Amino acid sequence: YILYILIYIPIFVFVLLRKLIKEEGENDFQEELVIRPLHSGDIYASFQFRTLWETDFMRENKVSHYRLFPKSLGQVISKFSVRELHISFTQGYWRTMQWGQPFLPSPPGAELWVWFQDSVTDVDAAWKELTNVLSGIFCASLNFIDSTNTVQPSASFKPLGIVNETDHRFLRYATLPREIVCTENLTPWKKLLPCGSKAGLAVLLKSEKLFHSSFFSQTVHIRPVCQDRECKTTSWELRQTLNVVFDLHTSGQGKREWSLFKMFSRTLTEACPLASSSKIYIDVTDNPQEEYFELSPATPLLSQAVVLGDRRTFSVYDLTQQVTFGTVRSLNLLIRWKSTEGDMLRPLLHAERYVAGYGLQTGEIHTVMYNNHPFRSFPVLLLDSVPWYLRLYIHTLTVTSKGKDNTPSYIHYQPSKDRMRPHLLEMLVQLPPHSVTEVTVQFERALLKWTEYTPDPNHGFYVGSSVISALVPSSVAMDTNITQEQPLFSSFFPCKEESSYFVRVYTEPLLVNLPTPDFSMPYNVICLTCTVVAVGYGSLYNLLTRSFQIEEPNPRLAKKIANFIRRIRGVPLLS
Amino acid sequence: MAAPLTLLLVVAVTIRAALYRSSLAEVIAERVEVVSPITAWKRVIEGLALLDLGVSPYSGDVFHETPLVIYLFHFLVDYAEITFMLADVISAIALYLAVKEYNKQVVRKKQKFALEADRYPQDCLELIRSPKEMLYIPLKVAMFYLLNPFTILSCVAKSTCGLNNAVISLFILTTIKGNALLSAVFLCLATYQSIYPLTLCAPAMLYLMQRQYIPVNYRRASFWWFVVQYLFMYLGSLFVLICLSFFLLGSWDYLPSVYGFILSVPDLTPNIGLFWYFFAEMFEHFRLFFLCVFQINVFFYTVPLSIKLKDHPVFLMFMQLAVISIFKSYPTVGDIALYMALLPVWSHLHRFLRNIFLVSCVLLACSVLFPVLWHLWIYAGSANSNFYYAITLLFNVAQILLVSDYFYAFLRREHHLIHGLYLKKKDGSEATLVLK
Repeated sequence: YILYILIYIPIFVFVLLRKLIKEEGENDFQEELVIRPLHSGDIYASFQFRTLWETDFMRENKVSHYRLFPKSLGQVISKFSVRELHISFTQGYWRTMQWGQPFLPSPPGAELWVWFQDSVTDVDAAWKELTNVLSGIFCASLNFIDSTNTVQPSASFKPLGIVNETDHRFLRYATLPREIVCTENLTPWKKLLPCGSKAGLAVLLKSEKLFHSSFFSQTVHIRPVCQDRECKTTSWELRQTLNVVFDLHTSGQGKREWSLFKMFSRTLTEACPLASSSKIYIDVTDNPQEEYFELSPATPLLSQAVVLGDRRTFSVYDLTQQVTFGTVRSLNLLIRWKSTEGDMLRPLLHAERYVAGYGLQTGEIHTVMYNNHPFRSFPVLLLDSVPWYLRLYIHTLTVTSKGKDNTPSYIHYQPSKDRMRPHLLEMLVQLPPHSVTEVTVQFERALLKWTEYTPDPNHGFYVGSSVISALVPSSVAMDTNITQEQPLFSSFFPCKEESSYFVRVYTEPLLVNLPTPDFSMPYNVICLTCTVVAVGYGSLYNLLTRSFQIEEPNPRLAKKIANFIRRIRGVPLLS
Repeated sequence: MAAPLTLLLVVAVTIRAALYRSSLAEVIAERVEVVSPITAWKRVIEGLALLDLGVSPYSGDVFHETPLVIYLFHFLVDYAEITFMLADVISAIALYLAVKEYNKQVVRKKQKFALEADRYPQDCLELIRSPKEMLYIPLKVAMFYLLNPFTILSCVAKSTCGLNNAVISLFILTTIKGNALLSAVFLCLATYQSIYPLTLCAPAMLYLMQRQYIPVNYRRASFWWFVVQYLFMYLGSLFVLICLSFFLLGSWDYLPSVYGFILSVPDLTPNIGLFWYFFAEMFEHFRLFFLCVFQINVFFYTVPLSIKLKDHPVFLMFMQLAVISIFKSYPTVGDIALYMALLPVWSHLHRFLRNIFLVSCVLLACSVLFPVLWHLWIYAGSANSNFYYAITLLFNVAQILLVSDYFYAFLRREHHLIHGLYLKKKDGSEATLVLK
């Protein structure tokens, strides 16, 4: 008997355990780094870490065994019934004209947009709680997101994952342009990675170098994706991306030469053991015969990918192969320039925004959109969220292209309510080929209560970036097959058709000054105004309650004393 | 009298038309002293544009006009300039006719007074005006209204204050003519536009009772019967208007947007009144308390003034108009122009006015300093909001002094009419009158 028990119980336990583990589904982790030398001598590095997990957060018995997927985010998804979550923290502004299009665009400051599940009954309460929880997870001040900076875009932020039906009541979008990103935000972000910052590409993420850059952006994207073409199985995808642009001149030396050590002050020694794929891609499209720069150590692997409407060639370093690290057991990529010629691909869609006018009473917001395609026109969706204290006058909205009036085919405008919600303006504008389109709208600046100003009121108030979403015509056929093995950087935005690719452009945030009251004066103002009201009250009270009488004069004290002295002197008395 | 009036109307319309065509029209339409968030023309256009976009104008916080204004300007938006000039002309003519009718009654009363002259001291006969002196008063009233720079600025800015003034002038006309129904209807229209003319119920009722020889005695049934009748007509027309407004847009959204806005003052745009800076600097804890205090302040003088001035309802009307214009939540110069237009009716009080020189100097100086200090604060950046606020305070103090001065002079004249003009003390020397 004892023998039987000794044999069967472990088998039984083993089978149970296997069943439990099997229920959790497949976990898959991939990491990659794309390095793109920019025309101005700067260098653009984009890290992407993707965790795929075949599980269902929405079922009754909660998921309890997390392996590669971070537990904090899994709990957030299940507790708040989140369908998609996109959060980004950015420091700096992406200069499209100098650097081209980014793989993943993000606006300066913090941006959060979330699609909730259809089962959520009170979306606003869930949104409020979610922002506070995320604020704790990322050590950021996302708790400043409230109804005064949250909007529900009706057309711009369609889901990037599996789409059932899109009722935009379940979408919330908010942006905090004033938010600053620093090491405190990077550290919890790194903790979400399966290998942390101890192995794999995340070893390169050292904050003293990353924040010494022209542009830094870290994002988290969670969405449900299809595993195959028929979408029989869905899994949750967590993508963490980090985009950074290093400036040639601030990193010293001035010599046009970049290496992993110069950029990140680290070299790579191994891939993350939990990763199924760990690769580094260097963009060598402009360098087919190595006439502009030299890449060392050399690698035989080459790959081509269609990204942002262009077919690019990449040299690939596979970190899962030990041969990549060579005899020194460490990889320090070196890119040395030989000549400085070469031209840059001009981005097809580009936008700017600025405030016109003078004084603190009125102003005008101008959004300028450039369509650089020589012969194709395409429509763009412009989303503007303006805080309530800049009162927009929608009857002054003008859209002009090439000097002529260009009426938008779709305008969705939701006016603001003071201290409750911001303005929301969405427009579908057709951009003519090779043209500049300017959208202007006038606004009036409000005087706020003295407690509503920030501690530095003369710095001004930020207006979040405009978002321009468009399907830009592509000269190269885009790949619409989702199941084929693709590098992560080219598979973020879903591609529905071959002839165009999705682009989202963020404009600059605006800094607008508002008239301020004098903050040292509350008590004085209350006293003075009440005095004026009291003057009115007093005069009318006197006139209402008193009547005219003839004054019987009493001899004044001064007169009495004067008369007394006069009597002593013997001169006539005063009357 | 028709010819000088017509000439005056032509001159007034010419000035306004000339200003409309000049580049000053846009500058004036932006000035915060002339337009307020309730009366600005830019906001009317914005409301109509929102309606065209399919969004309710009251869903945002830009449009605070009543639905009837939407209805009116939906058809008249292309003829806006003519509408506002017409409103000014109607106000002037209404005030002209009203004052003319009032003068007739004053003359009748004086005749009655002269018949009983032996009952009154002899020397106060010089306080009584002759009809010849009063001949030009209506024309002066119309002139004071039409050629007042405040009115011209208000008309050129297309501020809907001009429409409010027209309705109130028509109310004054119909009250003085003795037509209770029309008076109630116009008063209800004025109240519907902005809540404050509600206080004009009291002088209207007192005047109509006086005209119909109903004694103003709260113990008499006829008094209460008349009050009930008037209130019934007033509240009935108000009810009809509110329901009409509901059917225009199909929702009650306009109630918090229009009346909630006037009463709770959420918009702190600077103007010539006392509310904006006070509530910009208010401690949050006390905001509701002081809001109630300031709003009660407007309505609060009705009953005491009515009791004191129950025999002089037209002066009571003037006092109420003045109190409303000074203490309302979003005053503009157009409101001031209305009560200043009635000053010539009491020009015979000039010998008893004590501060008129000081008050007129201060009013003139403040009117000039308003745009200067606004420019220094908003455009030049070398002054701050305190400068503009100080001028606001001074302007309101001057207005209060003006109104209380006229009240003092009126009461003093009444006292002299009863007790004689040249009063002597017990010992025969000249007496001084004080309020005790």
